[in-house]
Amino acid sequence: MSVTIETPRAPRTVRRPRRFNVEKWGWIYMRASGVVLVVLIFGHLFVNLVAGQGVKAIDFAFVGGKLSQPFWQIWDTLLLWLALIHGANGMRTIVNDYASNRLLRVIFKGALIASAVVLLVLGTLVIYTFDPCPAGASPADLASFCPVK
Amino acid sequence: MPEKSAGALAAPKPEKKYPLPKISAPRVPRGTLYRGREGMWSWVLHRITGVAIFFFLLVHILDTSLVRVSPEAYNAVINTYKTPIMGLGETALVAAIGFHALNGLRIILIDFWSVGTKHQRLMFWIVIGLWIVLLIGFVPRQFMHIFGGA
Repeated sequence: MSVTIETPRAPRTVRRPRRFNVEKWGWIYMRASGVVLVVLIFGHLFVNLVAGQGVKAIDFAFVGGKLSQPFWQIWDTLLLWLALIHGANGMRTIVNDYASNRLLRVIFKGALIASAVVLLVLGTLVIYTFDPCPAGASPADLASFCPVK
Repeated sequence: MPEKSAGALAAPKPEKKYPLPKISAPRVPRGTLYRGREGMWSWVLHRITGVAIFFFLLVHILDTSLVRVSPEAYNAVINTYKTPIMGLGETALVAAIGFHALNGLRIILIDFWSVGTKHQRLMFWIVIGLWIVLLIGFVPRQFMHIFGGA
């Protein structure tokens, strides 16, 4: 009968359950989304605040012209999701740092998750159910490509 | 054998009084001090700008969602963004976003670039320099839009 003896001085193997590490992936997410957001936000700011008449040019027709193009639909969807999750995760870090009371932390983080989920759903629905030429609107408010009724 | 090493090996005599070494903080401990230097201020500014941008983002998603309500509702709200006070607010917002973006790239370089931590202080001043260049490009243009007639 052979007996297996453990190798002398073998390091003790600690089996850790392979869990999803929230802090690690949060850390990676902040950097990965941050790089993309630099491009998306500076592009957003240039088109909306610098080009043409800047903020004075923004009205329903301007947004209608942008959101009727798939390019800007995707751009704004990425902007919405990446920025809001980036911001909510940053706020989570700040809550962890400054809210010393456990109950307060739970309340603040619950509010962060709730507001983020509501705004992500709302914003995504707005982008993809938006009609740039709604019926019954004054033609003066609409983009030039809208059919005159 | 020299007396020195022999003395060092000998058991310490409790009755002998050794002069205590004089340890005092260096007069200018800048090399290793984190508090009050570029590292701390970049962190403070990153937090403040981040929180400010987050709350603007909440409002901005809501105001843009008004395009789904009616053209009149959206135009009424977006017209308040064109007033001089809000124009200054947009200038502050762009300044905050500019710093947060540039310092965020600095943080990524500190984390992933092999000599990032070594150059973090220099990179902070490069961030400030690029931020000033960005604002020199943006602010006059914004003021033309907000305060100019055109």
